[in-house]
Amino acid sequence: MPRGHHDLGGTPAGPIDRTEHQLDDWEILADAVNQALGAKGIRRTDELRRAREQMDSGLYRALSYYERWIASLETILIEKKILTKEEIDRKVTALEAKWGEP
Amino acid sequence: MSLAVGKYKAGDRVRVRTDDRPGHVRTPYYVRGKNGWVERVYGEFLNPESLGHGGDGLPQRPLYLVGFHQNEVWGEYRPLGRDKLFVDIFEHWLDPA
Repeated sequence: MPRGHHDLGGTPAGPIDRTEHQLDDWEILADAVNQALGAKGIRRTDELRRAREQMDSGLYRALSYYERWIASLETILIEKKILTKEEIDRKVTALEAKWGEP
Repeated sequence: MSLAVGKYKAGDRVRVRTDDRPGHVRTPYYVRGKNGWVERVYGEFLNPESLGHGGDGLPQRPLYLVGFHQNEVWGEYRPLGRDKLFVDIFEHWLDPA
């Protein structure tokens, strides 16, 4: 099996950015949603990992850590028919209309 | 601690399989094909290769803490002293070595 885009141990990484940064509100919210869905038994950690591992590799590398979390939560919610992609996209469009694009 | 589960016990020499296995796995790429030893037997746990794809994780699989010498894993790396690497690996990823 070729090395997955998430499985980078031992590959050249360049310099490490060690600067600390505050979490944004949306990142804390992403964790809250993740925890809530776990507590309700809707998602398992291994399912989220699998969803991130099977993402398009270019997209995976382009997304930040919590953006990958959100993308994998969306994948699982759609797979389990809890939300549809259309419902999520409609809500995002409405939020962008209200608050502006991120 | 020594648990009577699985086919390996602490101290056994093992080699990590290089399976061409699709889907979600927890065995890092960098230890595949490497030789190490069983440091500890954890017991049996739900199989993440099933859980990751919506399965129930059964049957449970024996899980081990496996030790490697750093230069076995990284080749050119020259560790300081007796620096070792430890990875959690399920039994179905191990062969006797």
